[in-house]
Amino acid sequence: MSAQPAALAQPHDLKGRVGIIALIIAELSLFGVFVVAYLFYIGKSLNGPYPRDVLDLPVVGTICLLSSSISVALGARALRQGHVRRSGAWLFVTVALGAIFLAATANEWYGLIYRHGLTIGTNLFGTTFYPLVGLHATHVAVGLLMLSLCCVFAWTGALRPVHGERVEIVSWYWHFVDGIWVVVFTVVYVIGR
Amino acid sequence: MSVPSPTMTTPDTAGTPRALVDHLHDWVVTVDHKRLGIMYVVTGLVFFVIAGLEAAVMRIQLAWSGLHVVPPETFNRLFTMHGTTMVFLVGIPIVFGFGNYLVPLMIGARDLAFPRLNAFGFWVLVFGGLLLHFSVIGGDGLYGAGSAPAVGWFAYAPLTSKAFTPGNATDYWNLAVFVTGIGTIATAVNLVTTTLIMRGPGMTFGRLPIFVWVMLTVSGMTLMILPPLSAAQIMLVLDRYLGAHYFDTQAGGSAVMWQHFFWFFGHPEVYVLMLPGFGFVSEIIPVFSRKVLFGYPMIVAATVSIGLVGLSTWAHHMFVVGLGGPVTTFFALSTMLIAVPTGMKIFNWLGTMYGGKLIFRTPMLFSCAFLFQFLVAGLTGIMLSVAPFDWQLSDSYFVVAHFHFVLFGGLLFTIFGAVYYWFPKVTGRMLSERLGRWHFWLLVIGFNITFITMHVQGILGMPRRIYTYQPDRGWEIWNFITTLGVPVQAIAVLIFVANVLLSLRRGERAGDDPWDAWTLEWATTSPPPDYNFETIPVTTSRRPLWDLKHPDDPDGPHE
Repeated sequence: MSAQPAALAQPHDLKGRVGIIALIIAELSLFGVFVVAYLFYIGKSLNGPYPRDVLDLPVVGTICLLSSSISVALGARALRQGHVRRSGAWLFVTVALGAIFLAATANEWYGLIYRHGLTIGTNLFGTTFYPLVGLHATHVAVGLLMLSLCCVFAWTGALRPVHGERVEIVSWYWHFVDGIWVVVFTVVYVIGR
Repeated sequence: MSVPSPTMTTPDTAGTPRALVDHLHDWVVTVDHKRLGIMYVVTGLVFFVIAGLEAAVMRIQLAWSGLHVVPPETFNRLFTMHGTTMVFLVGIPIVFGFGNYLVPLMIGARDLAFPRLNAFGFWVLVFGGLLLHFSVIGGDGLYGAGSAPAVGWFAYAPLTSKAFTPGNATDYWNLAVFVTGIGTIATAVNLVTTTLIMRGPGMTFGRLPIFVWVMLTVSGMTLMILPPLSAAQIMLVLDRYLGAHYFDTQAGGSAVMWQHFFWFFGHPEVYVLMLPGFGFVSEIIPVFSRKVLFGYPMIVAATVSIGLVGLSTWAHHMFVVGLGGPVTTFFALSTMLIAVPTGMKIFNWLGTMYGGKLIFRTPMLFSCAFLFQFLVAGLTGIMLSVAPFDWQLSDSYFVVAHFHFVLFGGLLFTIFGAVYYWFPKVTGRMLSERLGRWHFWLLVIGFNITFITMHVQGILGMPRRIYTYQPDRGWEIWNFITTLGVPVQAIAVLIFVANVLLSLRRGERAGDDPWDAWTLEWATTSPPPDYNFETIPVTTSRRPLWDLKHPDDPDGPHE
C-alpha cells in the first residue's frame, strides 16, 4: 500500500480512505440507478435513431481514460517517495489523458446531435444515453478539476510529500471514475448496441 | 438553539455577558459535533411542530362529512408538506442529530471524522427545509399555478409531469428533497468513517453500544438508498425541463419505474428512521431495568440483518400496481422475513426487563409505550405484507394508521424517551419529571384515540388523501373520534415544549451521571467540554462506565 508504512502509524490517517470509500459506495448507488434505467429501456424506443445506427465504439477515449489510472497511481507513488516534480509530471499526464477523453465525448455528442439529430427528447435511447454518459463525464470533469489543482500546486511548490495521502485519495476517486467507465462502456456500447 | 452551556464559552469571557450576535455567530460557524447535534434536533423539533399543525388542520377538515375548512387544493398541499416534512425534515435530522451528538461520545472520540463536512451537511439540510417551505411564497412561479407542492410525499409519475403539475411547486419538492439528501449523505459518510476509524482504546466492535451499531447500520444503508432517490429526482428534472421521457408513458417511458426508484429509497428509509429508535430503547431499557442488555450479539445481528433484508422489501408498497405472481410473492416473503429480526428485538427488550429492578422514570415510560405500540405497528405490517390483504386495504386509512403506529407510536415515542434521557447530559439540567408524566400520559391517550380508530375507517373503506366524504358511509363517528385525539396530543406537545423551556432555566442540576448509566457519554461532565474527555477512558467491556465505577467487579469476565 505505502512505501513508508511509518506514515500510517496513526489510524486516524486512514479516515480519508474510509471516507472516500463511503462516498464511492454512494456514487455507485447513484450510477446504478442510471444504469438500470438504461438497461430497462434498451430496445423500447418508439422511433429512431437507434444505438446500432449511430453509436461508434469510443476506442481512443477509452484507452486514454483507462491508461490515466496508471499515470495517476504513478503520480501518487512518486509523491509518497518524495519526488514532487515527477509526481507533478505524472499528474499532468493524467489530466491530459482525461482531457482527451472529455474531448472525444464532446466530439461524439456533437456528431449525435448535429449529424444524427439525437437529443435527450428524441426517444428513450436519447433520454437514457445522455444522462448516463453525461453523469460519468461530469465525474471526469470534477476529477480533472481536482487533479489540475494538484498539478498547479506541484508546479508552484505548494505540494509536498506530506500531502501524499491526499493525492492518494484523489487517485482513488479517479480509479472509481475509470472503473465506472468500464461499466458504462459495457452497458452502452456493448450490450446496448 | 438557545441552550445555555457554561463550558461553551471560553474561560476569559465566561464572566462577561456576550452580545447575542456573537453568541449566534458561534453557533453558525461551529464545527463541533455536539452543537451541530443540538441544532439538528432543534431543527427537527421546529419542523415537527409545523408538520404537526398541518396534520391538525387536515384532521379538522375530516372531522365530519362535508366540511369545508380549507379548499381541496390546500388539503392536497397540506398532506404533501406534512409527509415530506415529517420524513425529511423531522425524522432524518433528529435521528442523525442524536447520532452526531452521541456517537463520538459513546466511542470515546474527540469529534466526528470530518467536522467541516458535518457542518456542511447540517446547513445544506436546513437550506433544503427552507427551500421546501419557501414554495408557499415562490411556488406560483411565472405561471401562477400552484403554491406548495401537492403531489404527495412520494410524488408519483405521471402526476409530477409538466402537463399535470405546471408551475414550480413540484420543482420545489424535487429540489428541496434533493438538497436535504446531499446533507444526509454527507452525514452518513461522516458517521461510517467515525465509527470505523475513531473508536477509543478498547472499544472493539463487540463492545460498541447498540446505538452506535445502529447508527453504523443506518448510515451504511443511507449511502446505498439515498443516491437512488437523488438519481430519480435528477431524472424528474430532466423530464420536466429538458423533455426527457424517463417517466413519460406516451413516449414509451414507465411511470412504474419512478415507483421502483422511489420505494427502493422509501422503504429502507423507514428502517433508517426506525432502527435509531431501537437504538434509543436499547440504551434506555437496560439502565432503567438495572440489568445488562439481554442478548447483545442477537440485537447486533438483528440490526444488521434488518439493514440488509430491508434493501429487498421495497415493492410491497406497489402490490396494487400488478407486479405479477413471482415478484409479488418474493416481496411478500421478504417483508414477512424482516419481521423475524424485528420480533427478536422485542424479546431482547422484554428479556432485559424480566427480573430487572424497573424504575419508571419518563424515558422508561416512553420506552414501554413504544413496546406496545410498535408491536401493533409490526402486526399490522405483517397483515399488509399478505398481498391479497394489501390489495383490499392499499391506500386506505388502514395503511395510514399502520405507518403512524410505526413512526409516531414507535419512532417518535423513542425520540421523546431519548430527549428525556439525554437532556441532562446535553444541558446539565434535568427535565421536570412531573411535566414529563403529563406529557407522556396525554400523548399516549391522544395518540391511541387518533390512530387506533384510523384502522377502523380503513377497514370500512375510507381511502387516504380524500378531501371529504359522503355522510352515508358510516365513517363520520370514527373520523370524529380520530380528530378528538388531536387536541390531546397538541396539549401533550405544548407541555413538552414548556418543560424544555422551563427546565433549561430552572431544572434541577443533573450532575455527570444522573441515571447511574454505563456508556461513555456519562463519564464526562454535563454538558461535555469541547474536547469531550480529559483523558479518553479505556473500554474493557460493553459497559465501560460500570467497569470504571466498580473496578472490583468488572463486566469483562461475564461477557
